[in-house]
Amino acid sequence: MPHHPTTFRSHAARFAAGIALAFGAAALSSIAPAQAQTTLRVAMTAGDIPDVTGQPDQGFEGYRFVGYTLYDSLILWDLSRSDVEASLTPGLATKWTIDPKDSRRWIFDLRKDVKFHDGSDFNAEAVLWNISRLTDDKVPHFNAKQYAAMRTRTVNIDRAEKIDDHTIAIITKEPDSLFYIQMSFWMMISKAQFEKAGSYEKYAQMPSGTGPYRFAGMVPRERLELSRNETYWNPKRIPKHDRLVLQPMPEATTRAAALLSGQVDFIEAPSPDTIARLKSSGMQVITLPYPHNWHYQFNFVDGPFKDKRVRQAANYAMDRGEMVEMLNGLAQEGYATVPPSSPYFGKPVLYKLDQKKATALLKEAKCHPCEVTLAISTSGSGQMQPLPMNELVKAQLEAVGFKVKLEVMDWNALLDVTFKGREKFPAYHAVNVSRATQDPFSGIFRFAMRKQWAPAGGNWGHYESPEIEKLITDIYNTFDQTKRDAMIIRVHEIMNDDAAMLFVTHDLNPRALSPKVKGFVQAQSWFQDLTPITVGTTN
Amino acid sequence: MWHYIARRIVYAIPIAIGVTVFCFALVFLAPGNPVQMLLPADASQEVVDLIMKTYGFDRPLPVQYWTWLMRAVVGDLGVSIQSNRPVIDEVLRALGNTVFLSFGAVMLAFSIAFVLGTLAAYYRGSATDRGVTALSIVGVSIPNYWLGIVLVIIFAVELNWLPATGMGPGGSETFDLFNWSHFKHVILPIITLCMVPVGMITRTTRSAVSEVLGNEFVNTLRAKGLGELAVIRHALKNAMPQILAVMGLQFGYLMGGSILVETIFNWPGTGFLLNKAILTRDIPVLQGTILILALVFVFTNLVIDLFQTAVDPRIKRS
Repeated sequence: MPHHPTTFRSHAARFAAGIALAFGAAALSSIAPAQAQTTLRVAMTAGDIPDVTGQPDQGFEGYRFVGYTLYDSLILWDLSRSDVEASLTPGLATKWTIDPKDSRRWIFDLRKDVKFHDGSDFNAEAVLWNISRLTDDKVPHFNAKQYAAMRTRTVNIDRAEKIDDHTIAIITKEPDSLFYIQMSFWMMISKAQFEKAGSYEKYAQMPSGTGPYRFAGMVPRERLELSRNETYWNPKRIPKHDRLVLQPMPEATTRAAALLSGQVDFIEAPSPDTIARLKSSGMQVITLPYPHNWHYQFNFVDGPFKDKRVRQAANYAMDRGEMVEMLNGLAQEGYATVPPSSPYFGKPVLYKLDQKKATALLKEAKCHPCEVTLAISTSGSGQMQPLPMNELVKAQLEAVGFKVKLEVMDWNALLDVTFKGREKFPAYHAVNVSRATQDPFSGIFRFAMRKQWAPAGGNWGHYESPEIEKLITDIYNTFDQTKRDAMIIRVHEIMNDDAAMLFVTHDLNPRALSPKVKGFVQAQSWFQDLTPITVGTTN
Repeated sequence: MWHYIARRIVYAIPIAIGVTVFCFALVFLAPGNPVQMLLPADASQEVVDLIMKTYGFDRPLPVQYWTWLMRAVVGDLGVSIQSNRPVIDEVLRALGNTVFLSFGAVMLAFSIAFVLGTLAAYYRGSATDRGVTALSIVGVSIPNYWLGIVLVIIFAVELNWLPATGMGPGGSETFDLFNWSHFKHVILPIITLCMVPVGMITRTTRSAVSEVLGNEFVNTLRAKGLGELAVIRHALKNAMPQILAVMGLQFGYLMGGSILVETIFNWPGTGFLLNKAILTRDIPVLQGTILILALVFVFTNLVIDLFQTAVDPRIKRS
């Protein structure tokens, strides 16, 4: 057969086209899953990626994005509802009870058939190993930094023991009816993975928990990538997106710009002045009350706030509605330590705006004008918009007869003041540090107990009340929840009656989400569940 | 020349040590505590003391300084309190990103300023000169963090042409200069950073070239019949040492002074690192970053001096 160049060329062309198609099909088939992948990209307010080796740092934001994603604790927070304040729910423990024969012995029934991401078993041995790593400085896996961070929660632990493979007991030094709450902050890390890594530095590159997300990679200070844990023990909480990318972005304007330009899908704490712009661009802005208190702790030893009438005057001087208006509605008027949605709110005295009464009280206390110095910060975790908010508080106090000096410092310097307490800083008559209030101790008792007088704890200004001291002792010895809750409410009411703080607002926890993000249920909590979120394809 | 280089290096060592002593003291004079960000707000003083001891912050300041300096000499800058990662790794990684940004900004600034400054000098007293002078004053006067926010609003948010944050798509670990999806991340930060250098270099170029153009030898060149382009080339060669010196200084300033711009653009450089370290009182990171930046500044000045000498042999002779 004679050679025919045209035919040859056409064959060659078809061959080439076939090869190209084959490669193309192969390439498409490899790309297809990637295109189907959905990624939730979150801009955090944190300055850095929280510690991934167990107990996270960076405050409760660390717990929100690293603690409860990579890890589980024995007891978890139920974050599935937005209509009530989040309560505790079984986590890696299915049940916890106090030993009927010993009020210091807590028994935890552990969940069966749970595995760490590395495939090792979760069991009693794993829990005891985790307890020793934050309580016993003799063990090789002891972590000093995390020990220090957990110390207030672990201080009452005497020892822990295994009952069987799926039951453990923790024995406290003193009876503590609220001890189980501390277990919700204790992240269970994999012993097997730690032993493989050999040190916490190396474990940080391959962390392993039992949580709904697995570690997928990290660029230091820039991003943490997590992927869906397909075999998570709770099928309802297997993430509905493939990947979760967490980026620290401390600057509020940067976060808003990143969301508006489509670089992230979910931002924490947009500032009030960006809300209108975000909404007009179709972003979802979500707010909800949660256990947060923006207040001032008074100095009960030095200066005018020793006098209850002066404390009451300051509370009557607050126009909280004006504050909410200034914050574009991103706050709730604050009249007490915990917000009204808290189960511990009760029926406290509410100091509603009454300028005449405030002035009269100051005159009665012979402090008019009443000179006070307030320590405040320029920024900080939970501090909302501290500079304009403090300016407004100053104006409102001065309208009734106070003369206010604001001592402005950065967040770390204010923490220094808070840690050391009024004794080291007698010139400050109040400090403005906002707090998380999701459990009775952190929300109420630590501001009221004598044992918590700074520098021992969070009672900065050395407030004390004999009635509260007795109630708290009784609370720790009462294992009947109904009776105990009634007493906690009473403590809360007494604090308000004493005007133990200058109550101003509760944050509404704003977040802004891209329109392609669906299914997020904002919980009334500092923690949030990201697993139900679906995201439009981003690749 | 080698003698000159050796002498300059020897002079640079006490400057670098002086900077470290000064910064070390400043860091500790600031209120606040390096471990407070790690602990809950109700941590007791006992626990704070324990962690201070663990990190060695309970020891006298001169002892801490000496220990740190001796380790720094062998390249060990300690471990970050916040991230637990070696400081040297964190700083070098951030330094590369900042050098890239600062170098880009200075080069862009030089390209613009060289032309504008030369035009203003050549047409001294004309409308062109007045326009360029006004522009350079605007460049020097605009706060760069403000300009950065405005550029983000226009180009990232409103027009959606360029990304607002980060140094690559999806936070890529490496930057690819020749890939548009990477390159577009650098445009806004570089424009923001180059505004002050544009103003400074334009003004320097204008005054240096004007001065040279007023010299007798320029008249001689023209009398010999050289064209205007050749005259300008001679003038630029003579003005170059001054322009280079300003460029070097600007590069040094950008290396240490881009904290706000890097924060706005979430650019993971030394400014961003310093900002985080200051907020969290991460003392090892602060000390390490300041030391490296001081060394870079000293080194940059040295390089510029040597370059000036190479370009203008009169300096060496003097």
